[in-house]
Amino acid sequence: MPSTIETMQESNIKVESISANVPIIEIDKLNVYSKGSHLLKNISTVIPKNKITVLLGPSGCGKTTLLKCLNRLTDLYPELKVKGSIRIDGEDIFDSGKDITTIRQKMGLLLQRPYPLPMSIYENIAYGLKLKGVRNKKIISEKVEKHLREVALWDEVKDRLKTSAQRLSIGQQQRLCLARGLAVEPEIILADEPSSALDPISSRVIEEEFIKLKSDYTIILVTHILRQAKRLADNVIFMYYGEIVESGPAEQIFENPQSEILKEYLKVGH
Amino acid sequence: MILSRRLIDSISSKWMLACLTFCLLLPLAIGAGLVFKSMPLLSSHKLSELLFSSEWYPSDNQFGFWPFIVTSVWVTVLALIISCPLCLLASIYLTQFAPKWFLKFMRPVIDILAGIPSVVYGVWGLLIIVPFVGDKLAPFFHADSLGYSILAGAIVLAVMTIPYILNMLLEVFRQIPVELGEASLSLGATKWETIKHIFLRKGSSGILSAFGLGFSKALGETIAVLMVIGNVIQIPQSVFDSGYTLPGLIANNYGEMMSIPSYDSALMFGALLLFAIIIVINVIFRYIIYKSELV
Amino acid sequence: MTFRRKYEEKFFRGLSFLFTAIIVFVLVQIIWTIAKKGVPSLSWQIVSQEPKGGYYFGKEGGILNAIAGSFYLAVSATVLAFVISLPVALFMNIYLIKYQRLLIGIRFFLDVLWGVPSIVYGAFGFTLLMYLGYRNSLGAGVVTVAAMITPIMIRAMDEVLKTIPIGLQEASYALGSTKTETAYKIFFREALPGFATAILLAFGRGIGDAASVLFTAGYTDYVPRSFSEPTATLPLAIFFQLSSPIEEVQNRAYAAAVILTLIVLVLSISARMLKPKK
Repeated sequence: MPSTIETMQESNIKVESISANVPIIEIDKLNVYSKGSHLLKNISTVIPKNKITVLLGPSGCGKTTLLKCLNRLTDLYPELKVKGSIRIDGEDIFDSGKDITTIRQKMGLLLQRPYPLPMSIYENIAYGLKLKGVRNKKIISEKVEKHLREVALWDEVKDRLKTSAQRLSIGQQQRLCLARGLAVEPEIILADEPSSALDPISSRVIEEEFIKLKSDYTIILVTHILRQAKRLADNVIFMYYGEIVESGPAEQIFENPQSEILKEYLKVGH
Repeated sequence: MILSRRLIDSISSKWMLACLTFCLLLPLAIGAGLVFKSMPLLSSHKLSELLFSSEWYPSDNQFGFWPFIVTSVWVTVLALIISCPLCLLASIYLTQFAPKWFLKFMRPVIDILAGIPSVVYGVWGLLIIVPFVGDKLAPFFHADSLGYSILAGAIVLAVMTIPYILNMLLEVFRQIPVELGEASLSLGATKWETIKHIFLRKGSSGILSAFGLGFSKALGETIAVLMVIGNVIQIPQSVFDSGYTLPGLIANNYGEMMSIPSYDSALMFGALLLFAIIIVINVIFRYIIYKSELV
Repeated sequence: MTFRRKYEEKFFRGLSFLFTAIIVFVLVQIIWTIAKKGVPSLSWQIVSQEPKGGYYFGKEGGILNAIAGSFYLAVSATVLAFVISLPVALFMNIYLIKYQRLLIGIRFFLDVLWGVPSIVYGAFGFTLLMYLGYRNSLGAGVVTVAAMITPIMIRAMDEVLKTIPIGLQEASYALGSTKTETAYKIFFREALPGFATAILLAFGRGIGDAASVLFTAGYTDYVPRSFSEPTATLPLAIFFQLSSPIEEVQNRAYAAAVILTLIVLVLSISARMLKPKK
């Protein structure tokens, strides 16, 4: 049985092993409250660049809330009170002087179910570009093709780019949503259980995409599927009831869990 | 005991079925009754003449509905031009920008607006809108008007359609999933851009239906418009002219219609016309709503 | 973010707030106008007396005939509509629950009926009256108004019943109840608060409508004593007295408008308060 002192030393090592990577997101004392309940409690962590960081934990533990804090979608829910700081590339996103739309464009978002915009496949991808002020049709067309290829969708849809995106299959829609997010050239991809509504094949495609994409992007993936976490994670942040219980490199978390909660979780998840 | 329970059950189900059948047959009966009463007029006059002639001389057996149709359409369209943008932006504010308590506060406001009787709107129109149009707006546009005008009717009608259209629009925006907004925002859109490019498009069929049903509601409105529009049988040349709507025609002449031959038949033909137009509009837009809910 | 995008956002946010504020302002303005004109003319005499001789030249009397007539009419029509609507709404949600397509069709039909203007009901009621050889009467008005508010009431009740889980129905059958018993004992009780809202809504529509009673209920200076007598109603009392050139008579129309508005205000607010919280 490790003594408490040893555990503390170990956790120091963990922090170092993460910060040895280049941090892209630094979260400091983040607290989120909603109508008397405390959703996120004193979250402090760093997320390294060009890695897949998995937010792991049972449902309702605050993973999704944390994800939505990162690009301030929490603004949409007036009942949420957010305190603390999140720095992305050293810039505090809660700084009111900052332009939130530029911050959000640094992050692509992938939700549990695909939500294609009510327009054609082509326009879905062009949408973000047009918002950025890209007007040149040729550039837009090139980008559309590039990013559809990136998510292995180009060959399936190249002949019907002008048809409604809502006619695609769910798996294709989710890949389209990924391409749509990539088109605004984000640095980070936020993914909230992106394969939970998908069939096994589409979900495999998405996972493969993530592994390919991590050389260019930082990926933050929320999941409660343990096997998916094991397949993809470089780093893991394990959360329980709004708190970070343990975090560190994947092999350490999965092979050598420290806390009882995590051990129990890994056992049940097997 | 058992027998009597069965008996009650069987009688009661038959009663239920009878009531349902009655409700379903009623509109057919209305349509049939109005057609039946219109027959004398339809057999002695050409339909095209009834609809497109402007000669309305009941004592000479001339019944041209064109002035009433034109006025009705004019007032209704003008009313919607005022109320549709108002309702659309208000519903956007209430569902997208406003704090929750404000939406809660607006619900009873909409309820009360919907509940105020037509005749009270008419009184308000007489006291406020007619003088406003006659003394302020008309001189401003160098028009000559007593205030009893198409415009006054349209303004009163616009206010009356607000609760009806607004309620439907609130429902349209409520049904759009939050995640769609999240997706657009995370691509770097501002809130307004999200509304403009995504929500308006997603809700387009619902919005169109709300406007369409508002149109049919306004077309059938009787008393309030009748009180402020002046009731002059003419094809109005400007919004400051008086007019005479189809429902107003029916309501105003019920007393004397028995004394002139074919007059009652003509008024019932007016009611039939109104009934048919409104049923068609309702069927079209209800169908669009029904289709869009399936998706 | 460019200047234009920021400006556009601010502009539409402001404009949409302004439009919402206009709607609130209009309501306040309407109530204020009616109250300012009508309240000074309100008196005990107005609400407690029938019109006396010379009333329409500004002499003694009140509008009790219209107030009582309106209540008789609206209450009777609501009761009649309820007697028809309740079985229909229950039938739809208990017997027809298996036939979803038919149910969608019926709902569609009733929604379309909702759009039929009251003047058409009035015209039809009048035609029927003439055909059957009856005179304008309270009874004829009741039937016409009931026909007008029945689709509204059925759909409002239907919306309440739709939310009752099917499990409750199954549980009731499992205990050996017949469909009728399930309908009236279980469903009716479960949906009662929602029904109250539906009834108030329909009552409000009935008491405020002028175009449907114009043809059918007639107008008298007396409180009706039976369904075969004609009756005055508040909306028509306002409408007729307002067209009088004599100021005293007009003022009574404003007073009647205040009374009618008050009734509707009370109905709207209580319907909202009774509405079950979602």
